[in-house]
Amino acid sequence: MTVALSIDRLVKRYGKLTALNEISFSVEAGQVTALLGPNGAGKTTLFQILTGLFVADSGQVSILGIDIAKDPVAALKQLGIVFQQSALDPDLTAHQNLIFHGGLHGLARKDATARADKWLQTFGLSDVSKKPCRQLSGGMKRRVELARALMTDPALLLLDEPTQGLDPKSRKELVETVFALARDRGLSVVWATHLVGEVVNADTIIVLDHGHIVGKGTSPELLIQTKANSLEDAFLALTEQRHEGHAA
Amino acid sequence: MIRWLIALDSVVRRDTLRFFKQTSRLVSAIVRPALWLLVFAAGFQNVLGVSITPPYETYIPYDVYMAPGLLGMVLLFQGMQSSLSLVFDREVGLLRLLLTSPFPRAYLLFVKLIAGTILGVLQAIVFLGVARLAGVDIPNSAFMTVIPALVIGGFTLASLGLLLSVYVKRLENYAGAMNFVIFPSFFFSTALYPLWKIAESGALWIVYIAQLNPFTSVVEMIRFAMYGQIDLRSVLITFFVGTVAFMIAARGYDPQRGVLGRKSQE
Repeated sequence: MTVALSIDRLVKRYGKLTALNEISFSVEAGQVTALLGPNGAGKTTLFQILTGLFVADSGQVSILGIDIAKDPVAALKQLGIVFQQSALDPDLTAHQNLIFHGGLHGLARKDATARADKWLQTFGLSDVSKKPCRQLSGGMKRRVELARALMTDPALLLLDEPTQGLDPKSRKELVETVFALARDRGLSVVWATHLVGEVVNADTIIVLDHGHIVGKGTSPELLIQTKANSLEDAFLALTEQRHEGHAA
Repeated sequence: MIRWLIALDSVVRRDTLRFFKQTSRLVSAIVRPALWLLVFAAGFQNVLGVSITPPYETYIPYDVYMAPGLLGMVLLFQGMQSSLSLVFDREVGLLRLLLTSPFPRAYLLFVKLIAGTILGVLQAIVFLGVARLAGVDIPNSAFMTVIPALVIGGFTLASLGLLLSVYVKRLENYAGAMNFVIFPSFFFSTALYPLWKIAESGALWIVYIAQLNPFTSVVEMIRFAMYGQIDLRSVLITFFVGTVAFMIAARGYDPQRGVLGRKSQE
């Protein structure tokens, strides 16, 4: 099976703080991998490295076999990204935001327009596509960002806490949409979150805490591993185990 | 190659679109230098005798002397506005989007500079027309001959703005930083008075600062270009300063070496 993302012994430090400590895992093509961790676990730092915004102190990241440190441009071409915080130009319309993004990926205007129309329609945003983004609801903005991330046909979709700030209904819709996309289109997804309920159905769940991987597997595997009754309990057991270890 | 041009076009279009949507910015870009021209120059018209110094071949009215400085002012404000736009992009998250595009980072910053330069040149040409309509004696040929100087000057001032954006992270800190850059740059230069005039008054320290001020080179380059002449020294200094500022700024945005890479999750 093709490996969409491979991370090998990744280390990132900020002074004395080790944000990522020899992280290694891989994501197979067409699978949804959840990166589950409490605040400060290192999820965002990992995303910054995956997207080339930060450089790791050591270790290797390959996207479809392309080493991001050696060829960032080729690696970035494979990515669709939804950042933790909204990254839309509030003064431009949803459509203009997508066209701008298409241009940043070298898509000709005609092609970018066709793709923007298609994806805005897919996400039920055609009616509001001509409105400035500042007038859209939080849920709509997130869908615009998802449409934007998908319009370049990425091999790997990176979502950093994409449901942050959304109401439960919008959150549920977004989760369902992404899982359907992965299932129907064979899209590889890495979903970072601290909300256990969002990723119960992920193909692999990686539990990250204080820069370490403290658990890995499917939901049932994590339940067996921790002898917990729910994924939330399993998550708490894995992260608390580490805290206790630290305290001891 | 076409991909690269598309990315350039995309950034220029977006920045232009934003510029024309911000009516107050559009108006102030022209009204600000026009006020200087109409009020300041009118008040000093008869007070300051500006004698024959190159590129002028005869005695000139003060508004003619001041016009290149005000063109420089238009470019200076636009350079700072480009920088402000980067800080804004950082606050709304768009800078991350730009920097994660599949192009070399230096190129992405370069296209932002080009966008800022194009906007600066357009505003400067419109202001030149306004000055002409206001009765300033500007040769017809200046509308063409000044363009290369505006491009180089616009690029340099946008580069300095880009450099500023590496270190000024938040919008609320920006007004102070802009004032700290714009007004000293403008006043300690040849925009308002020729250097010999300042030297004559005995304020030699101002002369020395003005000689070191890159904005002086921008103004002099524009002044000569308006009369179809090239002041090589000014051109070289302007180009050199712009290139060095861009290189330092690009380094600042480099995740491996720059300040952005060293900061934790901003």
